[in-house]
Amino acid sequence: MSDKTTSSNKSFLNDAGNRALIFQIILLAVVVFVGYYLFSNLQANLANQGISTGFAFLNQPAGFPVLIHLIDYTEADTYGRAFVVALINTIVISLMGIVLATIIGVVMGLARLSNNWLVARLATVYVETLRNIPLLLQMFFWYFAVLATLPIPKNSFIFGGFFLNKRGIYSPNPIVQDGFGMVIAGFVLSIVASIALIVWAKKRQTRTGVWFPAYWTSLGVIFVITFLALVVSGFPIEFDLPQKSRFNVTGGMVLPPEFVAVLVALSTYTGAFIAEIVRAGILSVNWGQTEAARSLGLKDSLTQRLIVLPQALRVIIPPLTSQFLNLAKNSSLGAAIAYPELVAVVMGTTLNQTGQAIENIGLCMLVYGTLSLTISVFMNWYNKKMSLTER
Amino acid sequence: MAIEFKPSPSLPPPVNSVGAVAWVRQNLLSSPLNILLTLFSFYVLYLLLPPVIEWGFINATFSGASKADCTGTGACWAFIGVYFDQFMYGLYPSEETWRINLALILLVMLIGTFAVKTVNKLYLSIGIIVVYPVIAYFLFAGGVFGLEVVETSLWGGLFLTTLLGVVGIVASFPLGVLLALGRQSSMPIAKSVCIVFIETVRAVPLITILFMASVMIPLFLPEGMNFNKLLRVLIGITLFSAAYMAEVIRGGLQAIPKGQYEAADASGLTYWQSMILVILPQALKLVIPGIVNTFIGLFKDTTLVYIVGMFDLLGRIQAATHDSSWLGTTIEGYAFAGFVFWAACFGMSRYSMRIERKLETGHKRN
Repeated sequence: MSDKTTSSNKSFLNDAGNRALIFQIILLAVVVFVGYYLFSNLQANLANQGISTGFAFLNQPAGFPVLIHLIDYTEADTYGRAFVVALINTIVISLMGIVLATIIGVVMGLARLSNNWLVARLATVYVETLRNIPLLLQMFFWYFAVLATLPIPKNSFIFGGFFLNKRGIYSPNPIVQDGFGMVIAGFVLSIVASIALIVWAKKRQTRTGVWFPAYWTSLGVIFVITFLALVVSGFPIEFDLPQKSRFNVTGGMVLPPEFVAVLVALSTYTGAFIAEIVRAGILSVNWGQTEAARSLGLKDSLTQRLIVLPQALRVIIPPLTSQFLNLAKNSSLGAAIAYPELVAVVMGTTLNQTGQAIENIGLCMLVYGTLSLTISVFMNWYNKKMSLTER
Repeated sequence: MAIEFKPSPSLPPPVNSVGAVAWVRQNLLSSPLNILLTLFSFYVLYLLLPPVIEWGFINATFSGASKADCTGTGACWAFIGVYFDQFMYGLYPSEETWRINLALILLVMLIGTFAVKTVNKLYLSIGIIVVYPVIAYFLFAGGVFGLEVVETSLWGGLFLTTLLGVVGIVASFPLGVLLALGRQSSMPIAKSVCIVFIETVRAVPLITILFMASVMIPLFLPEGMNFNKLLRVLIGITLFSAAYMAEVIRGGLQAIPKGQYEAADASGLTYWQSMILVILPQALKLVIPGIVNTFIGLFKDTTLVYIVGMFDLLGRIQAATHDSSWLGTTIEGYAFAGFVFWAACFGMSRYSMRIERKLETGHKRN
């Protein structure tokens, strides 16, 4: 704000530019000094406590189990591998949470705008309840009050091939047989064909104005080709169904209760915030736009898709980005109910066993920083793509 | 002879466009899809409401001293009654809890004085922000005027939740203003220091900051110098919310038209004068809702101190539900905590909406 004012009768200190310079030099000195002071204390403390610094500990055997792991992991593996397992757990829960929360948020946001009075009220109650209660409390609720009170495996609830009990949700596990490569090839082929079809339809529409239902056709093409490939190769896929044994349920794919609790809590909580963002975004589009679209003879569904949504998205995307970031950061709360994500494994167990506080906390902060940055870079790209292009 | 024109009386609106029936037709049954949605909503209500009311009220036990008194099939609210003091004050000695209540009454009275027109609001604000915390600290911690010393490790429950929230927000406010001004400043070094701080803190979860406060701060301090865990956590929370506060305030600063800055400069005000007298009052007024939102977020986030081993309201409830003589009271505990947090947060958000309307100066479009 302070512009340089040069005036001969002013002393050196009265000059705004000089003062800014002096202030900044002092600030820099303070920052450097505090940094140096803290760092030297740290070194002295670490030397006193006999803690060696560095990341060598990552190669030592961890010796603790990590209950949920998507890549192979045993207690004999290293801290480094435990870190990777935890990192994958954090990323998986964040991405799945983002997808689910977006779906819930869009549905609830539209429901609040519904002209059905009852639906709008129910959605309001949902939003106002969930966003005013701490997330940690909601996670505890799902984990300790809902999932922990499910029956023991012997008395599982059964829906089709799905089993529901204290140990989690058991679902059929698809197992790939020989010849599945053909199905994948068919699937890839059909996607390539669909893309070509969409490109062709768009080109023809710009040239001649004739419209072609490219999206529905591609869906049909993908379905038919993949199904044909399945038939030709003789259904090379088998489902490992969960079986009830005497005391337990075996086979199938298991979603552990910790995972379910974190996912449900994260997505319903963030969904409530997203619902408000979606609602505000749609309300921000001038009603005249809808009226204009209708008077042009557009169907309601097309009005929404071509007129309202693109304009609403410009308002929606930036706050949506912060909600995604919040969700990714909030996945760290899983530590409180023993979901083995980054904070639980690295800042909890690993830190306690090795005492390497600086490295472990630093590593965690680095990962969260990178994760946040990746999400915001992607969302900014999307925002730019959706933004108003003015001629 | 001219015939005088007499309009016949207006007809009443058609019966099917007014009244309850019309309302139902318009809002619940206007189209096939709408009818379907209404039926679906009723089904959801039917699934949820009767069991909840039955469990929470009709079959519930409201008083009693032990689990054995809960004979009904519904909720056992006696559990909340027995543990109520712990939920409110943590392990604070029960004969000393009047000190917490006194501090609360004092605060309410001080804030209530704002309504009196003849009181100087500046002095009152200084009293609340500078003098009151000192009084409250000595009331809570004791050690003077013959008050018994109460270790901070005994502080807990809703008292701790409130303390963390209020201290966090009050202490982070000035820091947030400074950071926001720094980020907007034309001085490159000051600007980059602020940006690095704000962006780093905002990129990581609160838990990592709390872990840092409870595990790492001791490592950075010289040998023999160490301070209380509560204070360390408070520092962590303050730094965390200051970064968020700074961004909220920056929004307000950006919304002030350039003419205001220029006018302040033209009046010969120095940088600080123009900020304090011209820019900040306008900017802060604009972002009061944002500040309240930050506070609501912080209030909910205080529950995370449970993870670093402190027992706020949620922590106390979590501990109580694991009491072996009260097994099976988990839902009651969470319902109580949920209600307390909900009431506080919902109340605050409504209050901020009211302020927003009250401060509405007609600048808004539409």
